[in-house]
Amino acid sequence: MQESPKYWKGIEELENSPEFIKNAMTEFADFMPVKEGHGSTDATVAPRRDFLKLMGFGLAAATLASCEAPVHKAIPYLNKPEEVDPSIANFYASTFFNGQDYNSVLVKTREGRPIKLEGNPESPITRGGLSARGQAAVLSLYDSARLQFFTKKGQRIATDQLDQEVRAALAGAGRVAIVSPTIISPSTKKVINEFTTRFGGGEHVMYDVNSSSALLRANGGVLPAYDFSKADVIVSLDADFLGTWISPVEFARQYVENRKVSSERRTMSKHYQFETNLSLTGSNADVRESLKPSAMGAATADLYNAVVGGGAAPASKKLAEAAAALRRAGSRGLVVSGINDPGIQTLVAAINQNLGSAAVDTANHSYVRQGDDARMARLIKDIIGGQIGAVIFYNANPVYDHPMGAELGKALQAGKVKTSISLNDRLDETGKLCLYAAPDHHFLESWNDYEPKRGYLSLAQPVITPLFATRQAQDSLLTWAGNPTTYYNYLRQQWQGVLGSAGFVKAWDKVVHDGVARGSALPAPAAQLEPAMDTNSAMSAIRANKGAGIELAVYEKVGLGNGAQANNPWLQELPDPISKATWGNYVTVPRAYAVEQKWEQGDVVKVTANGKSIQLPILIQPGQAAGTIGIAIGYGREAAGKVADQVGANVLPLLTMRNGTINYTTSVKIEATGTQSPIAQTQTHHTIMDREEVVQVASLKQYQENPKEVTEYVKITTPDGLEAPRKVSLWQDYEYKNHHWGMAIDLNSCIGCGACVVGCQAENNVAVVGKQEVINRREMHWMRIDRYYSSDANKEQFEEKGKLDTYAAMEDPSANPSVVFQPLMCQHCNHAPCETVCPVLATTHSSEGLNQMTYNRCVGTRYCANNCPYKVRRFNWFSYYSNEKFEAVNGHMFTDLGRMVLNPDVTVRARGVMEKCSMCVQRIQLGKLEAKKEKRRPRDGEVVSACAQSCPTQAIIFGDMRDPESRLSQLLRREDGERAFHALDSINVQPNITYLTKIRNTDQIDFNV
Amino acid sequence: MQHVSPVREPLVTGGKTYHDVTQDVCRQVEAAPNIRWMAALSVALLLLGVFFYSVYRTLWYGIGEWGLNKTVGWAWDITNFVWWVGIGHAGTLISAVLLLFRQKWRTSINRAAEAMTIFAVICAAMFPVLHMGRPWLAYWVFPLQNTFGSLWVNFNSPLLWDVFAISTYFTVSLVFWYTGLVPDFATIRDRAKGPIAKVAYSMLSMGWTGSAKHWSRYETVSLILAGVSTPLVLSVHTIVSMDFATSVVPGWHTTIFPPYFVAGAIFSGFAMVLTLMLITRVVFKLEDYITIEHIALMNKIMMVTGSIVGVAYITEFFIAWYSMVEYESYAFINRATGPYWWAYAAMMTCNVITPQLVWFRKVRYSIPLTFILSIIVNIGMWFERFVIIVTSLHRDYLPSSWAMFSPTIIDVGIYVGTIGLFFTLFLLFAKFFPVINMAEVKAVLKYTVDNGPTYTGQDPHHAPQPVTTHGVPASAPVNYDKHD
Repeated sequence: MQESPKYWKGIEELENSPEFIKNAMTEFADFMPVKEGHGSTDATVAPRRDFLKLMGFGLAAATLASCEAPVHKAIPYLNKPEEVDPSIANFYASTFFNGQDYNSVLVKTREGRPIKLEGNPESPITRGGLSARGQAAVLSLYDSARLQFFTKKGQRIATDQLDQEVRAALAGAGRVAIVSPTIISPSTKKVINEFTTRFGGGEHVMYDVNSSSALLRANGGVLPAYDFSKADVIVSLDADFLGTWISPVEFARQYVENRKVSSERRTMSKHYQFETNLSLTGSNADVRESLKPSAMGAATADLYNAVVGGGAAPASKKLAEAAAALRRAGSRGLVVSGINDPGIQTLVAAINQNLGSAAVDTANHSYVRQGDDARMARLIKDIIGGQIGAVIFYNANPVYDHPMGAELGKALQAGKVKTSISLNDRLDETGKLCLYAAPDHHFLESWNDYEPKRGYLSLAQPVITPLFATRQAQDSLLTWAGNPTTYYNYLRQQWQGVLGSAGFVKAWDKVVHDGVARGSALPAPAAQLEPAMDTNSAMSAIRANKGAGIELAVYEKVGLGNGAQANNPWLQELPDPISKATWGNYVTVPRAYAVEQKWEQGDVVKVTANGKSIQLPILIQPGQAAGTIGIAIGYGREAAGKVADQVGANVLPLLTMRNGTINYTTSVKIEATGTQSPIAQTQTHHTIMDREEVVQVASLKQYQENPKEVTEYVKITTPDGLEAPRKVSLWQDYEYKNHHWGMAIDLNSCIGCGACVVGCQAENNVAVVGKQEVINRREMHWMRIDRYYSSDANKEQFEEKGKLDTYAAMEDPSANPSVVFQPLMCQHCNHAPCETVCPVLATTHSSEGLNQMTYNRCVGTRYCANNCPYKVRRFNWFSYYSNEKFEAVNGHMFTDLGRMVLNPDVTVRARGVMEKCSMCVQRIQLGKLEAKKEKRRPRDGEVVSACAQSCPTQAIIFGDMRDPESRLSQLLRREDGERAFHALDSINVQPNITYLTKIRNTDQIDFNV
Repeated sequence: MQHVSPVREPLVTGGKTYHDVTQDVCRQVEAAPNIRWMAALSVALLLLGVFFYSVYRTLWYGIGEWGLNKTVGWAWDITNFVWWVGIGHAGTLISAVLLLFRQKWRTSINRAAEAMTIFAVICAAMFPVLHMGRPWLAYWVFPLQNTFGSLWVNFNSPLLWDVFAISTYFTVSLVFWYTGLVPDFATIRDRAKGPIAKVAYSMLSMGWTGSAKHWSRYETVSLILAGVSTPLVLSVHTIVSMDFATSVVPGWHTTIFPPYFVAGAIFSGFAMVLTLMLITRVVFKLEDYITIEHIALMNKIMMVTGSIVGVAYITEFFIAWYSMVEYESYAFINRATGPYWWAYAAMMTCNVITPQLVWFRKVRYSIPLTFILSIIVNIGMWFERFVIIVTSLHRDYLPSSWAMFSPTIIDVGIYVGTIGLFFTLFLLFAKFFPVINMAEVKAVLKYTVDNGPTYTGQDPHHAPQPVTTHGVPASAPVNYDKHD
């Protein structure tokens, strides 16, 4: 038999001397002896010089080696998962609900990583729309501030041990409470129910930061479902239903349905808004009046009297008009109120009932607000009183976001609750005071179900293996309650009740695939805790409420909401639709008050109420009611992560309870501090300076009477008389043989919510730059929404008042301005000024009409940006992905964890290059390739830009202008000469983006007809 | 034969002989550096240090170190660029245009003015490179073959025209300047004592012997280069102005820009020449060569060009009103009354009002007043470029994007730093190179010397006599056929 060949590493091994054997055991030779070798007899001691020589060589070698760029290895799958193809995106249906707004979503994953959320068009509720918060939620998955394991007193603890300790503690805990925001998951509720039943005295308390407690009480314990598309007259009393109130994405879609106009439909709803702060909804209203919070009750009562009681018309002209319009509209009228006051809500409910409003549905009601302020307040008092044995905070952070949070925090700190457990995703303000933390999965790692509205169900499915050693909260609760099933099985079990046991697997798979289903799983709401008032006692309650001095109205921002997602830099940097401010909250004051106090924007004031005070800079806000100020919640986090901590101040401690509900208004004392703190606004000039060519607005009456005249088309003088600017050109036109991509943006449908801004940011890896760089006017957003206030001055006053004075006056917004929003991205001009001036041809025109940016070629002269009339080009002033100045705010581009969210189809731009909207060229390319594989042309709607995809109101339509049957082409044909216009038409850059004139229903209604 | 009227003021005063000229000019090259020069160089080097630090910050961290933003993409960078290019205009104008017009008075100032041109263009050239986001790829603006990683360039872009205009201008100016230096280097070489100086000036003088053939070639080359440079004087700033004029930005998109920029450039160039000359003549005791007449003449040119610029400012406003273009008229209203009104006011005061003082003979002939005036014009011309660039950009078409610009310390550092760079180069030049063109001054010396004493004398029709050639080194031009 042949012996297998033997190889040896060297002659030493062959000899196999004892010394070799000794050394072979160690990986490295002994440490290099460092001794003065000169004259030494010991030959094994290396002389000092040799050491220096070796060290020198080593240093040189190390230096040389470090000159090479590090190699990042991409490791291929050993076994390719069936579904995952490199570079092909998979979409999975899921649901985003964080206790605020509900969104059914599609999760885009690449190579197993979720990289973007999009609206689920199958959803009958959100219908493909997705809010800015929803868009941004994917980034929170990769948030390095998430708690990555279970802890006890902040120290890591093994899961088993925690379970053991918790089970033991709960067994003898006495009263056990679970605190959570609104939960609309039927299965989760059942789990909680099982848990509380298991621990005898268990209770489940839900509270909402933006509470609708009063609305619930006034409607017999149910939250009415609204359908704004069924209302021709909408009267909103401080309800920001397009921005933050209950279900803004759903409402926005309904609202706009009755606002879109076209040649087939030349009518629209009429929207009256009575509010304190200028909200997103108020800025879209046809008629708006600003009122003090203390006057809202009287206004409601007046409205009630005028509509229901047949009383005298209210003193306010606008209110009288609203009442008359409501009466005439009858069941096509709707009154909504966001005021958390049972009296007001009772009257509002009574008005709707009286009108028989078709837009209010209490049978198939909504579930998205279930919080009970009174019950939560009682629980906090019980905790302070030491009557609670164990408390579990499930995605609830009341220490931060409840007005009594400070007291609760002290009680937890003092150990008034023996066993406190946080299921929150991070050691937040509440979590760090709890004994145990058993962090929940991110919703993209979880199974769950949702019933936002009675009869409408949806599912969430995990799209990635949990990134950290976390456990789904429901599993934790089941474990502690002694139920060995996993939540997934539990969920499926539950759904057998919905889908039926026969053919369940198939039906279940379909629901998982679609993400949504019809059916109901939640029990009918429990009987009301406290009886609703009758209208008389409501009236007297309202009359009793008198404001004094300066009144504070606390509001919620469209971007940051209640602050639960505050550590998300996309949301922090999303400009507020109205103030255009990012990174922090501020005190909105009316101009007159600031002038009277000699305050300027950015002056820091101290606001004191109910014995507590906060300091914030002021922002002069047109439309703010006289004698009031506004402050947003969601800021002033202390333990959310390095993005959110210490940004702004928390206003919630200033609030108190009234009539068993949180009162979001209060009287305050306000005084200057003499310091300054600049506000980071992305827009600092607020009026349009009467430049009709930029944004065109007309009234409904004008539109109905002569739709051909609502849009002004500029003509230029030529030797042959007046001509459209397009007729005169220095340049040759491009010929588009295949596609000609373009967009239409309906200014009538755009409500300015900013979902597209975040959608674009997620799709295109747009960097976050932080507060100081926004102050420096260097935000990187490819897509922005310009907001213009109307001014009292206009060009007609040139002759009367002089040009200089008029221009100066045009810079000041009106006290109660009308507002117009204009989404602006690269206009992809066919005669692009940027293209001609680039010395190196880094920006060129594509054969499909796109103005394309070649980053590799850009040397960064910035001439293109200077020459862009729309100012949509963004320059990489720094290395946003490696300059340590941006690590706190743009951290996701710095770490391997964060970089998982980046879209691999879009380059992260280097320092010194210009970037801008590419019209999502990567999506266009994908659409074309998919079509090519099937040997056909791309179908209309197959290619959609990220902004158009995310728009809840479908204000943005993307398509191929060379395809005569595309929605875009049809729309442009229909609107040609009516509402279609190009911004800055007279300079003849021939954009591929067409805007549609905004129509306002501002004409006075003639009630005598 | 060229006749010079005896009533003309002499171009060189003090009854200088050829030898005196050689002595006076070579003195500071050969002598040890004096303390004033050392002090000036120290300050200049300090500012150069500021320049290097600011450039380091810009290159290491990015253009974000400057005060620019999404709306104002150019500010101090291009302001400084145009300012320096403008300053670089006087040299060529003096050496080329005045040569073609046979203006003899230029001979004593052209050397320094040309040096100033070259150094100013070097300073100017810093900005187009530094203002790039990725300056290490600056060579991509040249139409190089693909092996340089370069694709083709965009001939539509005025920035590319700039590349050609500036590089051509720099090359021609440099050659012109150096050609003029060769005979003087030979003079210094012949007088040099130290071995290093001997070798250095030998190399610099490129084997010049002063033979008739050399002189003939010298004259021919000078004339050709003057002919080539003359259109450049007009073209460079015309093309620089097209960086703005071809854009769509209201306030930039103006057809008047080319002549207006050229006039402004000559205006600022002469101001800078005056500033430098007034210092040089004192420091190096060259009052007899750079006389008060020179100063008065340059003052006149400054006044004329300053007035042209003033007319251009007013024309812009007229056109903005007359055109009835909304954006254009607002751009100019904003320029004069908007948030940057102070920059506009500074520009108008410095550039339009102050030069009018030169109408007074007393001002024209006053050295301190001229010095102050020249500084004011330099400031005013800087503001002119700032006003054009920043006030046009900061409020253009869409009010939503309107923004303000404020410079950072790095912006200031780079600007001040280029002044340091300029003076470092200029001081080194003044120490090691002959600041006055000896050869050409000697050519105008003859009738100066002859006419000088007779100017106030009895016989105004005294015919010029051949002068003695005592003490004239071999390289001096004795070129009667041309100058007599």
